Amino acid sequence: MTDRPPAAPPPLSLVGVAKSFGMVNALQGVSLELRAGEIHALCGENGAGKSTLVKTIAGVHRPDEGRIEVDGAPTEFASPADAQRAGVAVIYQEPTLFPDLSVAENIFMGRQPLSRGRRIDRTAMYAATDRLFARLGVRIAPERPARGLSIADQQLVEIAKAMSFDARVLIMDEPTAALSGTEVERLFSVARSLRDQGAAVLFISHRFDEVFALCDRITVMRDGRYISTDPVAELTVDTVVRRMVGREVNTLFPKQDTERGEVLLEVDGLTRAGVFSDVGFDVRAGEIVALAGLVGAGRSEVVRAVFGIDRYDFGTVRVAGAALPQGRPAAAMAAGIALVPEDRRQQGLVMEMSIERNATLTRRSALSRFGLLSRRSEEKAAEVWADRLQLKAGHLTDAVSTLSGGNQQKVVLAKWLATRPRVLIVDEPTRGIDVGTKAEVHRLLSHLAGEGLAVLMVSSELPEVLGMADRVLVMHEGRITAELPRGEATEESVMYAATGHKEVA
Amino acid sequence: MAPDVTTPPAGGTALPPRPAGQRSVLQRVLATRESSVIGALLVSILAASLLVDGFASGRNSGFLILDIAAIALIALPMTLVIVTGEIDLSVASTLGLTSAVMGQLWVIGLPLETIAVLCLVLGALLGAVNGLLVTVAGLPSLAVTIGTMAMYRGLAYVILGDQAVADFPFSWTGGATARLSGTPIPWIALLIIVLAVVFGLLLHATPFGRSLYAIGSNDEAARFSGIPVLRTKLVLFIASGTVASLAGVFWTLQYGSARADNAFGLELSVVAAVLLGGVSIFGGKGALLGVLGGVLLLGTIRNALQLADVSSDMLSIVTGTLLVVSVVLPNAIERVRARRRTAEPPS
Repeated sequence: MTDRPPAAPPPLSLVGVAKSFGMVNALQGVSLELRAGEIHALCGENGAGKSTLVKTIAGVHRPDEGRIEVDGAPTEFASPADAQRAGVAVIYQEPTLFPDLSVAENIFMGRQPLSRGRRIDRTAMYAATDRLFARLGVRIAPERPARGLSIADQQLVEIAKAMSFDARVLIMDEPTAALSGTEVERLFSVARSLRDQGAAVLFISHRFDEVFALCDRITVMRDGRYISTDPVAELTVDTVVRRMVGREVNTLFPKQDTERGEVLLEVDGLTRAGVFSDVGFDVRAGEIVALAGLVGAGRSEVVRAVFGIDRYDFGTVRVAGAALPQGRPAAAMAAGIALVPEDRRQQGLVMEMSIERNATLTRRSALSRFGLLSRRSEEKAAEVWADRLQLKAGHLTDAVSTLSGGNQQKVVLAKWLATRPRVLIVDEPTRGIDVGTKAEVHRLLSHLAGEGLAVLMVSSELPEVLGMADRVLVMHEGRITAELPRGEATEESVMYAATGHKEVA
Repeated sequence: MAPDVTTPPAGGTALPPRPAGQRSVLQRVLATRESSVIGALLVSILAASLLVDGFASGRNSGFLILDIAAIALIALPMTLVIVTGEIDLSVASTLGLTSAVMGQLWVIGLPLETIAVLCLVLGALLGAVNGLLVTVAGLPSLAVTIGTMAMYRGLAYVILGDQAVADFPFSWTGGATARLSGTPIPWIALLIIVLAVVFGLLLHATPFGRSLYAIGSNDEAARFSGIPVLRTKLVLFIASGTVASLAGVFWTLQYGSARADNAFGLELSVVAAVLLGGVSIFGGKGALLGVLGGVLLLGTIRNALQLADVSSDMLSIVTGTLLVVSVVLPNAIERVRARRRTAEPPS
């Protein structure tokens, strides 16, 4: 297995691929070679361009520069269907099955085996499904509906679907994020058997133990650029991390020391059945508290409930000692809470509205005189914040969708800072924005804490958590499993708590 | 990128000039949907004046205004409803039910002043039923108001049956169509203008109006911005029902006849006028001025065709066609523009 004929061209390779969205260069000169019979890991921080790369391979995005080669021949993927025909299959973190159709129908959607009179031949379809699952070494009933399958089983259905059209290149985009230990093991044995059958597998994960246990070679990306590709044997976790980060952590996350003041946000026994339970913490003036954990641990759900977007079953939220009624964002705002939400495009901004209207949306009433809003007052208020946050924009009357991700995030921040909050909750404040703006956001958060705001930061980026937070709360499966002061928070201690292990410190 | 990216040369106040694609204010005004409606309106008025005998008379413009009065009234709150991404198809049935109730209460012997007030309260209640089904039950307004459209019309027949109540005093029926002294213009035009200014200010110049556009474009982001989305929608449906009832009172007096089938099918004309006025059926876009243009355009075309002795079946075909065109055209234009944008070489 170890000696491959070097002459055979790889089933899929990228050569000098570049892709940009507006002012953001998501990919620049990225080359990648996926060889048959190999599991290839792709590592990089959030925002390093991994997802864009996957979407380019999957035919969702078309590269601005460079080319994709299939078996050494330059190819253009104009659509996901083209990529599929070329033998590329992508397994996403959250599979997208049709919940009301059977497992077999999901696998053979649009390609169902037909019997006489163009009727779907269910018997043949079920038998083919059974054969696919047998090759994967798993048991899922072909005739059961997809609804109710675990995420792990749904992924296996997607893999079976990929095998059914003889995919030779399998992309797995953070497939293990939502899986339990045994499910991960099963997925790995499936991936290994696919490799041994000659497929090229691209595996994306933030978990180094998995990457090192499973993969043959590792490619590192940073800020949309290709950094390196090496066999696993020649790498250590430390080298990979250093290449991913590419800079000293301390210089990027400049948290100043601040005076701690009174408790501004107090959450006690907050419970929402099946989502989070008995969540309690407080945040003081001048403090940045990070809420860390894996995707799906319930962090965003907690801050949404605190702000009043979602309801909760038990518990209390207090701001500066006064209880907050639940389910009312307007009341939370009046009490001085601001929430910069996780999904900028869907929750943070009204994309087709102008920059200035977005920036002043939270202050409609404050800016109006005798009940009437003038364009002038909106413009002036927006200009103040555009200036303060150094917004790079053409005109403030342009739709906010014309801005880059980083500048869009600045508009969201402006919109909330303009309400003069006492408690600022930020959910993934730097997700998908460029490095320069990232540093600006970090400096801003640190500065705000220095001015006496209580900052609660949900973040999935460990370096950000470790660099910014005075205290780290770690959530696992809806509960807070650890509270670590700055001095005790390390990559290991946070990850242990996030994966449900007991604290080591 | 170089590290000095954090200190950009241009802040928000010192805006760099846009190299390409920069358009003058005039060009931008001309590119709005409202201006194309107003343009179409002017063209059709001109064409009708030249081609149709009797169109360009004071008497006829008075009739034209009376003809579109109910549509114009109902279109005002409908604009706000559609801007938030909802729709109210029960308005014509609300009008009919109001008319039936009005007739029945008159038969019982209540004074018309009391009846008018009761009718407005009824309209608010009917609107609240729509609003509660949409907000509390979380149902799509299209389905809800199709249901209540049938329900309210059915109730109207239950209350008044096939009969018509037509013995309202002339002081009221004549008053409804009275002209402003010395002009051919009916006084209802004044009420329409006053309400249009109120709704126009509400939509374009108040915090409430801003929140409607936010809800229509992205109601999740609106909720995250502290906008009470459900309460806002409930208020709009109540406003829509109330104004539909106001139009019902006026309609009954204008034609001097309370009937269960009054204004049957009028909701389509209202929606057509609003969409024709440049309001997006998907929510988030539109201006009240355009809607007024849309109402007048629809009225002008119908009036001109009536004068030219075109059958009422033909009128309905024209209304339907305008409705489809007003939905299809903006989308087609948008698609052409998008294609042109992507075809441009990346800068």
